[in-house]
Amino acid sequence: MRCRQLVDKISEYIDGELDPELVRELEHHLEHCEDCRIVVDTTRKTVEIFCNAEPAALPGNVHELLSQTFTQMFRKGEPGLNKQ
Amino acid sequence: MPTHLDNEQSIVAAAQAGDPAAFVRLLDQYSRHIYRLGLSITGNHQDAEDVLQEASLKAYRGLADFQGNSRFYTWLVRIAVNVALGKLRQRALWKESSLDEPREGKDGCFIPLEIESWGQDPEKACLNNELQQILAEVIQKLDPKSRTIFTLRDVEKFSLEETATLLGLSIPVIKTRLSRSRLKLREELTKYFGKDARNAMPTTRR
Repeated sequence: MRCRQLVDKISEYIDGELDPELVRELEHHLEHCEDCRIVVDTTRKTVEIFCNAEPAALPGNVHELLSQTFTQMFRKGEPGLNKQ
Repeated sequence: MPTHLDNEQSIVAAAQAGDPAAFVRLLDQYSRHIYRLGLSITGNHQDAEDVLQEASLKAYRGLADFQGNSRFYTWLVRIAVNVALGKLRQRALWKESSLDEPREGKDGCFIPLEIESWGQDPEKACLNNELQQILAEVIQKLDPKSRTIFTLRDVEKFSLEETATLLGLSIPVIKTRLSRSRLKLREELTKYFGKDARNAMPTTRR
């Protein structure tokens, strides 16, 4: 396996979706190629960072507008729910 | 994907039975996630705000249709994604197909340029709000379709099949876009977190 072929397989590799034979070839390549080890490692970290990141707090006005919208709707008793 | 509320089923049932406070609890739990989803897909705060508002209203009005076959959050995300894609289509951005900087070799492979290990763990290297800001910035380096796919798959953790169904795209298309998006985002983050990072942190220093 060459570096370019490896790059094409990184995504499936880190998702554990790669065919076992290709995993062996890829990992054999990694043993001898520091650049590819770095690319695999930092790609994995990239996915982890996005996966673990908590969303920011809502901007103040957004939360306020949303609350106002629903407060008004509830006051009006707007239907939309299961009326028993 | 956020953790669900304790007793979420009964809270949803209460909301369906007409308890406004129950619906507000659900919204409080998930609104930040829906806003972030809207921001990632549409790329601007005004549209993200509209996505949150419109998706919340649609969810409220359609609560009776929620059968409980999936998590409430999954159902809410489906609504929000449709609203957000509507925004992209209005702006004729959804059909935009090329990645910003297609860097391909003759064999069609993406060629990484930033090859540099990361120094510290990024989650420890900067404050939480700095990291949130960096992630929100770099994801906008992707074209709209790619960042929508990446957001659903890697941020919201939908399966490949669910992502394909939500977006009406084939699984091979999802896989190809996801792969390139990850590699591109890796490069962008290396500019921040590489050992010899050239980018300053967006707010304070790193």
